[in-house]
Amino acid sequence: MSATATKPNPKQYKSSQEVRWCPGCGDYSILTQLLKTFADLGVKKENTVIVSGIGCSSRFPYYVDCYGFHSIHGRAPAVATGVKVANPDLDVWVITGDGDGLSIGGNHLIHTIRRNVGLKIILFNNKIYGLTKGQYSPTSEFGKKTKSSPFGAIDHPIHPISIAIGAEVTFVARCVDVDGKLMQQVFRRAAEHKGTAFIEVYQDCNVYNHGSFAYASDRKVRDDHLVYLEHGKPMIFGKEKNKGIRLNGTEPEIVELGKGITPDDLLIHDERAPSPTHAYLLSRMHYPEMPEPVGIFRDIELPTYEQLLHSQIHDVIEQRGKGELEKLFTSGDTWKVD
Amino acid sequence: MSTATKKDKQTKAEARKRSEELMHAAILFAGDSGDGMQLAGTQFTNASAVFGNDVSTFPDYPAEIRAPAGTLGGVSGFQIHFAHQKIHTPGDRLDALVAMNPAALKVNLKNLKEGGVLIVNSDEFTKANLARAKFDANPLESGELQPYRLYKVPITTHTLEAVKETGLPPKQASRCKNFYALGLVFWLYDRPLENTLRWIDTKFAKVPAVATANALALKAGYNFGDTAEIFDLRYKVLPAKLEPGIYRNMTGNQATALGLITAARLAGKPLFYGSYPITPASDVLHELSARKEFDVRVFQAEDEIAAMCSIIGAAYAGNVAATGTSGPGVALKQEAIGLAVITEVPCVVVNVQRGGPSTGLPTKTEQADLFQAIIGRNGECPLPVLAARSPADCFDAAIEAVRIAVKYMTPVMLLTDGYIGNGSEPWRVPDVGSLQPIKITHATDPETFQPYLRDEHGARPWAIPGTPGLQHRIGGLEKEHITGNVCYDPENHQKMTELRARKIENVVHDIPDQDVYGQSEGDLLLISWGGTFGAVRTATEDLVHDGRKVGHMHMRWLNPMPANVADILKRFKHLLVCELNMGQLQFVLQARYRVETLGLHKVQGKPFMVHEIAEKAEEILGGN
Repeated sequence: MSATATKPNPKQYKSSQEVRWCPGCGDYSILTQLLKTFADLGVKKENTVIVSGIGCSSRFPYYVDCYGFHSIHGRAPAVATGVKVANPDLDVWVITGDGDGLSIGGNHLIHTIRRNVGLKIILFNNKIYGLTKGQYSPTSEFGKKTKSSPFGAIDHPIHPISIAIGAEVTFVARCVDVDGKLMQQVFRRAAEHKGTAFIEVYQDCNVYNHGSFAYASDRKVRDDHLVYLEHGKPMIFGKEKNKGIRLNGTEPEIVELGKGITPDDLLIHDERAPSPTHAYLLSRMHYPEMPEPVGIFRDIELPTYEQLLHSQIHDVIEQRGKGELEKLFTSGDTWKVD
Repeated sequence: MSTATKKDKQTKAEARKRSEELMHAAILFAGDSGDGMQLAGTQFTNASAVFGNDVSTFPDYPAEIRAPAGTLGGVSGFQIHFAHQKIHTPGDRLDALVAMNPAALKVNLKNLKEGGVLIVNSDEFTKANLARAKFDANPLESGELQPYRLYKVPITTHTLEAVKETGLPPKQASRCKNFYALGLVFWLYDRPLENTLRWIDTKFAKVPAVATANALALKAGYNFGDTAEIFDLRYKVLPAKLEPGIYRNMTGNQATALGLITAARLAGKPLFYGSYPITPASDVLHELSARKEFDVRVFQAEDEIAAMCSIIGAAYAGNVAATGTSGPGVALKQEAIGLAVITEVPCVVVNVQRGGPSTGLPTKTEQADLFQAIIGRNGECPLPVLAARSPADCFDAAIEAVRIAVKYMTPVMLLTDGYIGNGSEPWRVPDVGSLQPIKITHATDPETFQPYLRDEHGARPWAIPGTPGLQHRIGGLEKEHITGNVCYDPENHQKMTELRARKIENVVHDIPDQDVYGQSEGDLLLISWGGTFGAVRTATEDLVHDGRKVGHMHMRWLNPMPANVADILKRFKHLLVCELNMGQLQFVLQARYRVETLGLHKVQGKPFMVHEIAEKAEEILGGN
């Protein structure tokens, strides 16, 4: 963008409300990056709605100067669907967490995604229940010791991106809270996407689960644990850019470049693949066995729910004419009493 | 055959058959749940309505789509009361019963009047079917049907013969037997066939063989009545003197849907309807889904909770928004309804009540959700509650619910029930021009806007996203008075709780005074709400006619209640609250007005019979 002078300042998108997350929480960074994205895109405050559920992350709407709806636990996608269908011109963002979006609200998340409602859903994954002071969440590791699992969690974790892909998501991405640059890129692409955009952000809860994503956020090690996804590019990673992901049958494996292995042997990232298989395969790469992909896994275009709903209405009106009450009242068998 | 001879024969045939005029008649089509009884009943209803009778219907069917054939639990029935006068109920006792199998006879015989017409499909009275219906002996031979005018008609055999020419395989051909039975009853009550013949043509246009077969069966049934020696008496029920106008027959669920569409149109807004399929409310969803030309945005949600949340979102964004469900669905929605209460977003929740608790009796009626409606949420969470009294009344009640919701910025619960939702009656088509517009104002001025600044009614402004300068945040956390910011201040919570309560109390200014039918003071006041109106009103009419000092207070508004209720309650010696629950309105009235009341409670999944009310009233009145 050239007109930097007229570009709004991110601060203009801040509301008057004092931010009340714990000092050092990863949520601050996500808020900052979204405000920067809004400023960068010059979004209209009045046309933007942020809907959230319950949990630390769900306080988000209070801190942004646009329309905000802090709803109830797990239900933000359903409230947001109503908003988007009622007025498709609005940009509607959903803020949720691992407990809110994947436990109590799992059903709504799945169905919103499969309908491809034009919502931008950011799921703050900190692998813990923070607001209720530290119980294990659906994304907590097996064996995780928390207040409600002092002898270790016996639940197997759910993988948000795999779930989203299973629900036929049209846009799905992952970021880490400390990587502002990537977050901005991803938020921007999500904003431009027409259907459901689902973004998982690895977010550090520095009070109840500090360091759970250190492998992905610590500058010293993260390059060896993350693969930055770039459309059309071979999947290379590592501090020295000397490692890559190769397909061995249907399983990805880590290979070292050199010694006869060239980038041509590597898996090429294709975010627009019509089949979700590639994206799903990426979603199954987990630390520590594999590096974890960050960036955009999948971005395809399909008609959105609100488009289909309104075009159906449009077609019926074309066909039958705009509804008239007189006609409606007297449809079916009528008789006259004098 | 010469014309003269033909005419001569006809006259002779007619002379053989006597005809009797009736003020009203109640008939029941009963058979297996796959026998097409609902269809036969609906067709008879429409023909009678178009003929000009007042009608009231009661479809009663099992929860299973196809219960085991021939069993008592699988009996499906459709009761129609049609009259030369104004009526309020589908009738207590039957003038005629059509039983398509032994089970249908067993279940319904007790409701047939002595001397009543009993038509049975004698083909189905086989050993196996008799055993399934738990008959020790064949009632057609045992003499136990002596008190009735029994007509044993081999309906299946006759139907197969009648439709032979269409070449349909026997299984399919025998499915036409409901039309045969219908034709016979059409003859019995002297109804024209044209309406149903037209309907058959349209309905089965794509399968001409089926259309022809059904039409043949219908005519064969009619002709059998006309020619068979066994039928020597037929009945006439002349048109009723209804208020002049155009009429159509309507079920309560249809009326609710039409009311919501109309309300949205009167408000100049699109209608958003978010709903999850549930018996017996799904017909509202079906009706609205078919009306997209009215810009109805129907969202079939993934569950009850999502349905409720979606309407909150749609209302927040400026649509007229409603959801429809039944008791268990309301239970699931309650947390979200609380969200609508604290965010003060206007929407309507329709509860087509059914038997509970839990899954209860999905296809049967009950009124046991009054507590759930008035006080069934966490926290101090009041909202306006009203109940429709009859199928046609659902139309007006739905409009009223929307009107109050948008004026007071609140969710409103509209209670109907399975009985009036599925039941039908003639609906006088209103003059569109006479319907009052619903006035809605949205906040637009950033200078004066405060999200929780209240108007003279106690309502906060409706500021919809997309309005420049009015960006604000709402949610489920307690709000600060005026600014709407999150606020945990103790005094503020007290104030906001009181403001929300007062706002709902203010609705009293928008609802009419409570009326009393019959005596305005005296020995006994019959009190009812919702779908029990018809039975209680009919009983009151009879009691007043007999010179009893009895009044009927039917309450449309249950929260708040009209201002004059307290005064009415003082004017009667005895108060009898009649409801299809264990005394929920009774409980509320006693708490609110500190009055002693008596209760008539019925929880059998069935509506009140008029005589049940009358008998209880007589018991209380004694010799008075």
